Amino acid sequence: MRRFVSLLIACCVAVPAYAADVTSYELDNGMEVVVLEDHRAPVVVHMVWYRAGAADEPPGVSGIAHFLEHLLFKGTDDMEANELSQTVARNGGSDNAFTNQDYTGYFQRVAADRLELMMTMEADRMRDLRLTEEDIVTERDVILEERSTRVDNNPNSMFIEQRMAALFQNSPYGIPIIGWRHEMEALGMDDALAFYETYYAPNNAILVVAGDVEPEEVLALAEKHYGPLEPTPGLGDRVRPLEPPQLAERRLVFEDPRISEPYIVRDYIAPARAAGAQEQAAALVILAEILGGNDFTSVLPRKLVFEDQKALYTWAYYSPLSLEETTFGLGIMPSPGVSLEDAESAIDVALAEFMEDGIDPDQFERVKFQLRAAHIYAEDSTEGMARRYGAALTSGLTVEDIEAWPDVLAAVTVEDVMAVAASVLDKRSSVTGWARPPQPEQEVTQ
Amino acid sequence: MIRAALILAATLFAALPAHAAVDIELVESPGGIKAWLVHEDELPFTALEIRFRGGTSLDAEGKRGAINLMTGLIEEGAGDMDAQGFATALEALAADFDFSVGGDVLSVSAKFLNETRDESVALLKTALTEPRFDEDAIERVREQVLSGIRSDANDPATLAWAAFDAYAFPNHPYATSGDGTAESVAALSRDDLIEAHRRILTRDHIYVSAVGDITAEELGALLDNLLGDLPAEGAPYPDQTQMNFEAGVTVVPFDTPQSTAVFGHEGLERDDPDYFAAYVMNQILGGGSFTSRLFYELREKRGLTYGVYTYLSDWDYADVLNGQVKSANGTMAEAIELVRAEWQKLIDEGVTAEELEDAKTYLTGSYPLRFDGNGRIARILVGMQMIGLPPEYIETRNANIEAVTLEDIQRVAERVLQPDRLHFIVVGQPEGLETTN
Repeated sequence: MRRFVSLLIACCVAVPAYAADVTSYELDNGMEVVVLEDHRAPVVVHMVWYRAGAADEPPGVSGIAHFLEHLLFKGTDDMEANELSQTVARNGGSDNAFTNQDYTGYFQRVAADRLELMMTMEADRMRDLRLTEEDIVTERDVILEERSTRVDNNPNSMFIEQRMAALFQNSPYGIPIIGWRHEMEALGMDDALAFYETYYAPNNAILVVAGDVEPEEVLALAEKHYGPLEPTPGLGDRVRPLEPPQLAERRLVFEDPRISEPYIVRDYIAPARAAGAQEQAAALVILAEILGGNDFTSVLPRKLVFEDQKALYTWAYYSPLSLEETTFGLGIMPSPGVSLEDAESAIDVALAEFMEDGIDPDQFERVKFQLRAAHIYAEDSTEGMARRYGAALTSGLTVEDIEAWPDVLAAVTVEDVMAVAASVLDKRSSVTGWARPPQPEQEVTQ
Repeated sequence: MIRAALILAATLFAALPAHAAVDIELVESPGGIKAWLVHEDELPFTALEIRFRGGTSLDAEGKRGAINLMTGLIEEGAGDMDAQGFATALEALAADFDFSVGGDVLSVSAKFLNETRDESVALLKTALTEPRFDEDAIERVREQVLSGIRSDANDPATLAWAAFDAYAFPNHPYATSGDGTAESVAALSRDDLIEAHRRILTRDHIYVSAVGDITAEELGALLDNLLGDLPAEGAPYPDQTQMNFEAGVTVVPFDTPQSTAVFGHEGLERDDPDYFAAYVMNQILGGGSFTSRLFYELREKRGLTYGVYTYLSDWDYADVLNGQVKSANGTMAEAIELVRAEWQKLIDEGVTAEELEDAKTYLTGSYPLRFDGNGRIARILVGMQMIGLPPEYIETRNANIEAVTLEDIQRVAERVLQPDRLHFIVVGQPEGLETTN
C-alpha cells in the first residue's frame, strides 16, 4: 500500500452534548475527524464521508458517483474483491455505503475493539483501489438492476425524477443520483477512476467515529491509518452550476398504469442550511411542520382532510441539508370523486388562507416542543447521530453549526415562518406535478 | 380491601453476551401484568413496547380487515377527544405513539419524556380503552385503507408476497391480507370495529417491555393503570397452518421491466433442536447480506440482481424457509435456476469448515451489537417474550451457535432443504418461465 507520511498536529474542539460528547480534529493531510462518544453499548460506528456525490459528476456520466460506491467493494492492492465486507462479517459487524447528491459515505458497525481493523481497510481503499474490466461489466449490471428495483418498478420514483429534472434548470440536482439508464449503460473504467482519483482523498474526506470510544484513541488510530494518505493536490472549493432566478411556473402530468391513486406534488426551490446562516432553513423546517407535519393538527390536513374532506392525505416536506438550494414540497391525494384540478385549487386556497390567517400560537408552541423532544429521542441512535454529523459536514456545515441547530430552531418566531413562507411559496420557482393513470381516449382529446 | 404488594422480581438477570450488559428485571405489577424492564437513565425518556398476540389473524369470520381498520382508528379519537383533539393532546406532550398490526401481533410502541410521562400514559390509556370509532373517522380511515389496497394491487413485491401467502397457507387467516379486500373493508360496520377491539385488546394477549429512565415500582403502577382495565380474555388463537408446497413456478403476469420472485417451502419450528444449525446454514445460503452463497452467485459473480436473500420465517402458526430475488424479465429464469442449484449443492456437498467458522463469528459477534438504544432493546425484549425465550437466552444464545458442527449443517441441510418442494411465485413478464402444475 502506498502511503504518504506527514506530521500530524491535531487541534480540538470539544463540545458537550446530551449523551454523545463530540470532539473534532483535522489531520495534517486535511482529513477531518469527528468523534461522538456514546458509552451505553460496546459498539462503534465507523464512517468515512467524501465531499463528492452525484452532483459533482462531470456531464454525461450520470450515476458514476454511485457506481464507484459499488466498485469500492472490489479489490485493492491489499484486499481481494469483497474481502472488506467478508472481514467485517467475520468480525461480527455489518457494513454498507450510500450515495447522495452531495456526498458518498461508507460505514461499518462493529464491536468497539475492532475499530482499528476497520480503519486499516477503509484507509486502504481510499487510495489503492484495483479494478478489473470484469468488475466493471458485472457491477454495471448490478446497478442497472438496482435502478429497476428502485425506480423503474416504482412509478412514484419515476415521478420524482421527472419533477426534479423540471425543477432544477441549471443545477445538477435535476439529474437522478442513480443516473439516467442510457448513461449508466455506458459507464466505464476510465469514468470511475477519474472520479475516484480526484475525490477519494483525505483532504476531501471526513471520518466520523461514534460509540464506545475515547477521542484520544480514535485520533491516534486515525493518525496512524489515515494520516499517511496522500491528499489530492489543488482540490479547490466545490463549485457547482447554480440556479438562475426562476421566472416561470412549470407543470407536468406523469401517467403510468401502475398509479392507482392520482395525486399532486408541488416542489419549490428553497434555501438550505448554510454555515453560520441557518435561520431561514430553521424557519422552513417549522413551516413544513406547521403545514403538513402532523396528519391531524397541521394546517393542510385540518383544512383539506377534515373540514373540506377533499383529500385522503396531504403533506409537506423540506430537506434542510444540501450544499446548494434545496426543495420545499407539498402534496395532496384527493378523496375518491375529487378531480386533480379541484384538489390543486383546494390546496392553493388553503395556502392563501394560511398566508392571510397566519399561525395558531398554540400549534407553534407544540411544534417547537416536539422539535426539542426530537433531539432527545434522536440521541437514542448512535448510528443516526453519526449520519447526521456526516451529512451536515458534507453539506457545507461545521460542527459549530450542528451544535447550534437546536438553538437556532428554538429562536424561530412566528414572523420568521411567515416571512420565509412568503418568499419560498412562489409558483414561479416551482413545479406542479400530477401523477395519474393514463386517461381514457375521449378525455385526452377534449 | 386487599392490599396487593408490588411483586418485584427477585431475579436480576445480568446477561452479558460478549460484553454487552443488558440487566433485565422481571416485573410483575400488583394487578398481575408481567413485563421485562431495563433501567437506563442516560437519556430522559422511556421506550415502552406492548404487544397483543394474534394480530389480524383474530379477525372474526367474514370480517377480514376489521382488526386492521380498528388499529388505524385507535388514534382517531378517544374519550372526550375527537381525532384532532387527540392528536393535539399528543403533540403537546411530545410523546410518540405508534400502532401497527400484522398477521401475528398488534404492536403499540410508545416513547415519552420523563417530564410528561404521567400525562402521556393517561392519553395512551384513553386511546387503548376508550376509542370512539366516530362515524366520520371510520369513513376517513376506511377510504385510506381502500386506497392502500388499490395501490398494493400495483406493487410487484406486494403482489408476489400476497400470492405466496395464498399458495402457502390455504384455509388459514395467513392466506389473505390482513388489510382485507375492497369488498370486505367496504362492508365493515362500527359494531364490527368494536368487536375487533374486544377480540384482540385483552389482557391474555399482552406482552410488555420497557427500557429507559423508569423504576420497577413506577413501571408496575404504570402498567396496572394503563392496561388493567382491559377485558381479561379475547378471541382464541388460530390453528397451526397445514402447508403443502410443490416444486414449481407460479407466474403472475404484470407489466414491469423487472420480475420479482418470492420462494420457499416448509421451515422448522423455533424450538426445534435443529433450529440453531438451520439458522447458521441459512446464514451461509442466503442470510448474509454481502457474504452469502446466493449473493456471490447471483450478484457478485453474474450481476443478475441487486438483492437476493433467504430467511427462516417464524410465524406463530407457520414456519417457512423464505426468500426473495428481483431480476430483469430476461434473466429471472437463470436466477431461479441458480437458486435451485444452490439448494441442491448445499445438500450434496454441505458447507466448508471456513464457511461455518465465518458464519459463526459473524452471528456471535453481531449479536451483542443489537443491544444499543432504548427503543431497539425494548423491541428485542418483547420479541423474546413472544417466542417464549427466557432472559438467560441472551447469555446462552452464542454458545448454541458455537456448538453447531459441520455434521449438524449436513444433517439439517438434508432435512430442511427440499428442492422437490421449493416453489417460486414470479410477478412480472419473465422470459422462458411459465406456471407449472
